[in-house]
Parts: sequence; structure tokens; C-alpha cells
Amino acid sequence: MDLFIKFLVAAVGAGTPLLFGTVGEIISEKVGHLNLGVEGMMSIGACAGFMVGYFTDSFLLALVASFVAAALSALIYAFLTVTLMANQNVTGLTLTIFGIGLSNFIGVYMLERSPNGTLKLPERITASMRSIHIPVLSDLPVVGELLFSYTPFVYLGVAVALLMGFYLFRTRTGLNVQAIGENPASADAAGIEVSRWKYINIVLGGGICGIGGAYCSMIINGGVWISDNVGGLGWISVALVIFAAWKPQMAILGSFVFGALRILKYYMPKSVIDLPVAFYDMLPFLITALVLILSSVHESRGVNIPANLGNNYFREER
Amino acid sequence: MAATTEYAIECRKITKRFGSVVANDQIDLNVRYGEILALLGENGSGKTTLMNMLSGIYHPDSGSISIGGQEVTISSPADAMRLGIGMIHQHFKLVDVFSAMDNIVLGSQEKRLSPKVLRERVLGICQSVGLEIDPDKKIYDMSVSEKQTVEILKVLYRSARILILDEPTAVLTPQETEKLFAILRRMREQGCAIIIITHKLQEVLELSDRVTILWKGRSIDTVVTAESDQRKLTELMVGRPVSLQINRPEPENVSTVMRIESLFVNKPDGAPALGGISAEVRTGEILGVAGVAGSGQKELCEAIAGLVPVQSGQILFNGENIVGKTPAQIIDLGIHMGFVPEDRLGMGLVASMGMVDNMLLKSYRTSKGVCIDRKPARALAESLVKKLEIVTPGVDTPVRLMSGGNVQKVLLGREIESNPSVLVTAYPVRGLDINSSYVVYDLLNEQKKRGVAVVFVGEDLDVLLELSDRILVLCHGRITGVVDARTATKEQIGLLMTGADSQEVAS
Repeated sequence: MDLFIKFLVAAVGAGTPLLFGTVGEIISEKVGHLNLGVEGMMSIGACAGFMVGYFTDSFLLALVASFVAAALSALIYAFLTVTLMANQNVTGLTLTIFGIGLSNFIGVYMLERSPNGTLKLPERITASMRSIHIPVLSDLPVVGELLFSYTPFVYLGVAVALLMGFYLFRTRTGLNVQAIGENPASADAAGIEVSRWKYINIVLGGGICGIGGAYCSMIINGGVWISDNVGGLGWISVALVIFAAWKPQMAILGSFVFGALRILKYYMPKSVIDLPVAFYDMLPFLITALVLILSSVHESRGVNIPANLGNNYFREER
Repeated sequence: MAATTEYAIECRKITKRFGSVVANDQIDLNVRYGEILALLGENGSGKTTLMNMLSGIYHPDSGSISIGGQEVTISSPADAMRLGIGMIHQHFKLVDVFSAMDNIVLGSQEKRLSPKVLRERVLGICQSVGLEIDPDKKIYDMSVSEKQTVEILKVLYRSARILILDEPTAVLTPQETEKLFAILRRMREQGCAIIIITHKLQEVLELSDRVTILWKGRSIDTVVTAESDQRKLTELMVGRPVSLQINRPEPENVSTVMRIESLFVNKPDGAPALGGISAEVRTGEILGVAGVAGSGQKELCEAIAGLVPVQSGQILFNGENIVGKTPAQIIDLGIHMGFVPEDRLGMGLVASMGMVDNMLLKSYRTSKGVCIDRKPARALAESLVKKLEIVTPGVDTPVRLMSGGNVQKVLLGREIESNPSVLVTAYPVRGLDINSSYVVYDLLNEQKKRGVAVVFVGEDLDVLLELSDRILVLCHGRITGVVDARTATKEQIGLLMTGADSQEVAS
């Protein structure tokens, strides 16, 4: 029982970067832009967050830096696909390659210049990222551990997901945004500024992905910089969008389930099932493949996929 | 309210170019409040381009637009809306997965209203002009005329005083058209300015106060409807006198070549598209197929061509069941499709290939050897260009660069050259101007005379009535009647299209 609770708590933590990635991608896909650059944007966010945290020793500044840097990389994507109408898939893949490369490059550059050959976040920032202890609530048995024992990232992620869900499904602006992803020509004819909202959503989505990247570089490895720290989580996020049916609220559930899959290898007693570790590493990707298969078999109306996902919009097209 | 002297819209010398093509050349147009102006012209004469400039989709290269006496710049649809211009596009601009209400308020600047208040407001507008709609119904559950109602409501909800309708009746049954016209007349009485684009001369004469005629991108004349007639309008539109009569030779040597027996076909999502239809296709005659868009015409054509799986039933061609055969086997039997889907190039031709390669698509299997021999295909392409007067820079020019009429001729020409015994054409004149349409009708008649069984899926009831020998009417995947085109009336077919069965219509 105790192990199980520990497993759940760990699953939430492991799912958190996925949550940011998924919510960010949903915001972008809702305006019809499939951004395959999530992995790259997260890497850029990871690098910016870590480096700013390393030098300023401020958690808040690190978060802001990861958001801004990833948002800027999303701005490149937005400019290429919205304004110049480049192919979205190619642009997104390029952004991924660019983002990972840039992040690793800066990382190696800094490593070579560090006095002891490693980069480790200073103590003060590590302390401010530790699990928040709320008096009374965190001390409750079971509930306290399950709900009130997390790092600030977790609460921020859930808050962002709920906020974005409200934005998309409960506001007039959200209705307009959804219309753009469904049918940009209709949205345009209805007087919605299509390009403007595409930019806003793509950039906002990119920034949210970046915070997920900061989690990867600052938390997962205990505050020590390693290369390729996002390690494929961006790709799982892209697939999780489908699992979450383009709903940020559903992304909370989806990312925690996938988080559980990621850490299963540490918690599955060898006496129950003895499988090689590589099997567990593969598991999230296997489930992703299954989700993709199931969702394309069960394709029908109301599955929420934006009808014009992947298509650029040019008003004067004839 | 009587027509005032003040112009609602006044366009002066509007010019718009697309690359080297001049779509609009110094067009003048004006319409008053309390007036219905019809905009008439062949395809490619620049009607839609002009209206798109009024609704902010395009931007004129030169010229000026005044609304209510004030010169304005319309740089986006939002601008047009602020100026009180509402456009109802030929292809509806609706979000399928939203409800009617959500579509109506989409993009409006006001604060979010509670669904209850909104519903009441929408129903209030409905009442004032005599529209009917279920505000909570999703667009994808709606019929075409319901969708159009939503489009009209969208415009009225923003209290637009200038209404532009681009071919609103193309998709409606005669009864629905009447209803729409009644609403437009009521809006005219309430002081709205209305511009309606249409090809159908009877509608122009019935509805409008004045007519502006465009010809090759220029506004050549504006006439008062009451002082004009069908012949005069056609001459202005085409630029020369034309005969409007479609030729219909008497069928000869009629015998049944294909028999369809209780055919069931499902759509990809599992919903029934054809619900057990039975029909005969005969040599030497043209079988017209009428029906509201999406009643199963596409599935019928595709089932005959072997492109969709058939749930049950048979298609007997000279006694042989062709259900389950591959398209190639069916083509070898002599059944040829000139199937033209909504985007003309989609299924029949490869847009980026030239005429020669498109000819090869149907014949490459019969040639021997590993390499392609382009000579026969080139000869065929060249003979088609001559015979059908196809206008193209060369037989290797990609067909997507050719005009709609010429593409249509390439497609039909290729099918006809292979000496079919059944020729299926769907919407072969869609988007073509009057001249090209008549060339297509002549081609079909020629095939009929040669003893080919022609199936003609059409949307213009006047043409179907004049060209076909028999007309089969589809409604929701069922045949609601097969009528003799020489005696049937438009109203009769209109009723069949909406699902009344033939006994009711006859009585």
C-alpha cells in the first residue's frame, strides 16, 4: 500500500513535463497548427530555464526564461507557417532538430567552462523547487501525500491546464479560436482575425511547452545538467494530445497515466513480473502507438480533432 | 419602405488583377436601400471576385467603394461587418461541429450571453423575417437549406443592412427557393439592400428590381428588370444572341444494358448512403439523376465504377453481375465514368499532368513492353484538341492550368474515345459557362445517338428536364420516382427530391 502511494506520487511527478507539453500542443493545434517541434521547444525551454536558474539562482526567473525562450522558438514556427505558409510538418521537425541541437550546444559550451566539469544548480534554487510543505494539509495521512506533496511545477501544470480548458471552452475568445482550427475561412468571414489568433496561440502554446522543458532539466536529474534531457517526452506529448481528445482537462489525466508508465520500472516488484528494463522504457511509446491505432479506428464526429489541423490558411486562395 | 435615392453601395471603377489575369476591369455597380439587385454573368465574368471585395476577402487594386454615401476602405471581413455588409457565400462558411447559435455569434465583439438569452434573441430574429431553425442543432446534422438559414441569421444577427448572396439557390429545391425569395422580399420591404448572384434567368426576372450584367470582368449594362426579358439578358450575358434550346434527339434502339437490383451502399462512417435502389439503364437514352446534393448520387456512380464496397444487391451488366469486380475489370467491360466530383480535377484527371499523360492513365495497361509509348496518347490528345476545340497552350501543359470548361472536355473526350457502352457523368457542366455547357450537352447527345447508355447526374432541374429522356429522383439514398422527362414538371421533381413518393405527386 505504501509502495502504491509512492508510485502514484512519483507518477504525478513524471507526468508533469508531459502535461505542459500536451497542453501547449493542444493550444497550438486548436488553431489548426500541428507543431511537431514540441521536443525542440521543450529543449530550448530546458536550456534557458537551467542556465538562467544557474546564474541568477532564482526559480521564478528560470521559469520566465524557459517560457520566453520556447515562446520565441514557437514564434519562428508561427512566422514560417502562418505568414510564409511553409509546410507545418517540415517546419515542426526542423524546429525539433534545431531545438535539441541548440540546447546541447549551449550545454556543452557551458560544461567546458565550468570549474569542475559539471553544471549543478545552486542550493537556494533547488530548495525553492522542492516539494511544497503546506501545514496541516500535507501532514494528513494518505491524502496529504497524494495531493499536497508536490513540487511547484505540478501545481502550476494543473493550474495551467485548467486555465487553458476554461479559455478554450468557456470564453467567447475560445469559441473563436476553435472556429479557426475547424474552418479558418468561416472564422475569417465571421470577422475573426485569423492570423493574429494563430500567432497568439502558437506562441502561448510554445511557452507552455518550454516550462515542461524546464522541469526536465531542473528536476529530473536532480539539478545536474545533462545533454538530451527532454529525451523524447515532447514526442509523447504530441501523441497525448490525441489521447486527451484536444481537451486540456483530459491532458491532466493522460499525462499522469503516461507518467505512471514511465516510472513503472522502479516500482514493479521483480517477484511479480520480471521483465528487462528496456521493456518499461518502451512501454509509453507502445501505448502511444495503441492510442493512435484506436483513435483512428474509432473515428467519428465529435472526436474533437480540429477539422483543419495541418492546413495553412490563405484568404485569397482560389 | 420604398427605394430611396441614396445608394447603399456605390462602386466606381473597381479593378482587381490576379497575376496577369484581370478579374475585374473598371466595374461600376450601385444598389439602393429597399432594392434587390441581381448580378448576372457567366462563370469567370468576375461576379464573385467583385462581391468578395465588398465583403473584405479581397482588396481592390484600384477604384473606390462608398457605403451610404461615405467612401470607405474594406480591408477585412470584420470591416465589412462594421459597415453593415453581410455576405452569404456559395460554399457556406459554417463550423460543422458548432451549434447554430455558436455559429451565429461567432466572431461578434459583444460580451458572452447566456445560452438562454441568446436562444431567445435568435428566435426573435427568426420570427421577424419568417425563418425557422433549431438554435441548438449542430451544423453537421442540418440539411442544406437549414445551413443557409443559419447563414442568413448570422448576417441578420449583426443587423446588416446590406446583404450579398452568392448563388443561394444552386443547392435548393424549387420549394425552398420560393421560401428564400419570400424572405428576401420581406427584407427588402424592411429597407435592406440586397445583391443576389445567380445564373438562373427566371429567378432574376422573378425577384430583382434591377440587373447588372458583367461580361469578361466588365460591367457592360444595368437594366430595370421590369423592362427586360430572358432573351435580352442572355444576349447581354453571352455577348451575342444564342439559342437556349437544348437539343433532345428521340432515343433509338432502346434496350436495357444495365440493371441495378436492390443496391445497398454504406458511407465510410457506416451510415446508409443507398438504401436498396433498383433501376434500369438503357442504351440510346440519357438517364438523368436528380436529387438534393448528398442524396446518394456519388455513391451510385462509385458503385457502378467499382470504387466503393457494396453491402448487398447486384448490378447486372448484360446479365453479368459486376459487383465485386475491380475498377479495371469494369472498365474493360466498357463501362466508363466521366465522374466529376465537386473539385473537378479530383477523381478524373491528375492536375499536374498534361493531357498526354492523362490519356495514358486509361490506356497504359494495354501497351506492351516496359517503357511507355507516348505516341498514341499524344495523337489522341491532339485529335481531342482539334475535335472539341480545347483551348490549351499545348498538350503537355498541366491540366490544372486550363479553364474549367476545357478540363471538362478533356475528361469527357478521353472517356468517349474509348468507345464506352455505359457513360456515367456527374455534374459535367458544374462551373462551366453557357457556351461550354452546350458543347458538353452536344457531346452527350452524340453518345446517345451512337447507342451509348448515358447516365447524367445533374443539379439544374431545367437542364435535366430538357436533356434527359427519363429522370430518376433520389432522396436520402432511395429512389422516390422515375419520371418521363418529356412530361414531368419542375415542381413534381422538386417534391420527389424532398421525399414525397410518386403516387402523392401524381394525385
